[in-house]
Amino acid sequence: MTDTTEPDVTIDSRDATCPGPLMDLIGKVKTLDPGTVVELQTTERNSTTDVPEWLEEAGHDLVEIEERDDHWNIYIEVN
Amino acid sequence: MHRIAIVGGGTGGTVLANRLASELQSEIEADEVEVRLITADPDHVYKPTFLYVPFGKKTVDDARRPIEDLIDRRVTLTIGEVVDVDTDGKKLTFGDSSVLAYDQLVLATGATLEPEAVPGLAEGGHHFYGPDGAERLRDDLADFTEGHLVLSVVGVPHMCPAAPVEFTLMVDDWLRERGRREDVEITYTYPINRAHGLESIADWATDLFEERDVNLETFFNVEEIDPDAEVIETVEGSEMEYDLLVAIPPHAGSDLVTDAGLGEDGWVDVDKHTLEATNAEDVYAIGDAADVPTSKAGSVAHYEAGVVADRIASRARGTVPTATYDGKTVCFLEAGMDEATFIEFSYGEEPFVREPSKPLHWAKLGYNESYWLTARGLL
Repeated sequence: MTDTTEPDVTIDSRDATCPGPLMDLIGKVKTLDPGTVVELQTTERNSTTDVPEWLEEAGHDLVEIEERDDHWNIYIEVN
Repeated sequence: MHRIAIVGGGTGGTVLANRLASELQSEIEADEVEVRLITADPDHVYKPTFLYVPFGKKTVDDARRPIEDLIDRRVTLTIGEVVDVDTDGKKLTFGDSSVLAYDQLVLATGATLEPEAVPGLAEGGHHFYGPDGAERLRDDLADFTEGHLVLSVVGVPHMCPAAPVEFTLMVDDWLRERGRREDVEITYTYPINRAHGLESIADWATDLFEERDVNLETFFNVEEIDPDAEVIETVEGSEMEYDLLVAIPPHAGSDLVTDAGLGEDGWVDVDKHTLEATNAEDVYAIGDAADVPTSKAGSVAHYEAGVVADRIASRARGTVPTATYDGKTVCFLEAGMDEATFIEFSYGEEPFVREPSKPLHWAKLGYNESYWLTARGLL
């Protein structure tokens, strides 16, 4: 993801413990149209492995995992 | 007069009211402090009882007692429904339009079941999280002699995170006792990539499910149920047929919380140690209503009530509150019809799961009986 690309939807799950961020993502993705780009913000390290696993299971695309100072931004494209 | 208002008569609200009545006894008797408990339901309900109803071990009446029998006589009890919380004006509005001012407010408004959030779930699924659901499941389970029984955790977070695993292990044992287990296939489903949110519980349950021939399906997020065809469809694109579906429905918080701007989805945003609301002064939340990173469990409400009682009593006396909540959670888990284990943990800790035993099962039943002393603030 480049700096000029903005997500369509941002989910702030910072400070939520596992499985909170993944469940926040699953709950939101259910409501979104194909092609929507989602940014999931999480402080939970497990999200960086759990989320890609679920995306593969559910057939959505992982765009990028970006590490920030105090959290991760996980970018997803809904299929 | 320093006015303390508690909204909600579940475990958190009831334990808190009784603790405050004890801690502020002299101030209440001198008319310097009022502790008021407000609840829409004149009965107090001990929800863990419902787990035993489908197996005929308890009745729904066992779960209820009049709340006035449980609270200290120094607590002022109001049976009524709060319809608006004004945290700027520090007042509550009731359904009959009457208004009550407060100096400190505690929201203990709990969680509610929302099966209608998933198409077909209310028609196609059973649950044991409320009196009607537990009785209907008892009746249908009694007639269920063969087929596919699916326990599906649909909503996360939900009350008592251990209960779905407990029900699965109990129903396995219960069917074995009746000689029906060979004719019943049991499947447990969970939304994430393991059997439970806590890894140690997930590992423990996975081993037991394997031993007891229970199928485990993970990354299973229910999208809709077709009650006529008896099929579950998932967000992940899979389908599962069932003959008896026991589901943990989605849970919701209180509209009162959302409308007051205290937190999205009805859970109050709080500091996880002080339990003070992030978006308002002199407002606390305890129990399921508080959005803290631990379980929605009765023990959490109990320990939180103790902390908030200390903090509120300090403020009422004009001293600096120092009590804090560290996330302490304790939980008995049934591992069948006559054995159980026990866990405890705090924020950021992973519990150690002990070998299940009969004494721990009897300890759980003993605790359930003595719960009424807990509600009174005696334990």
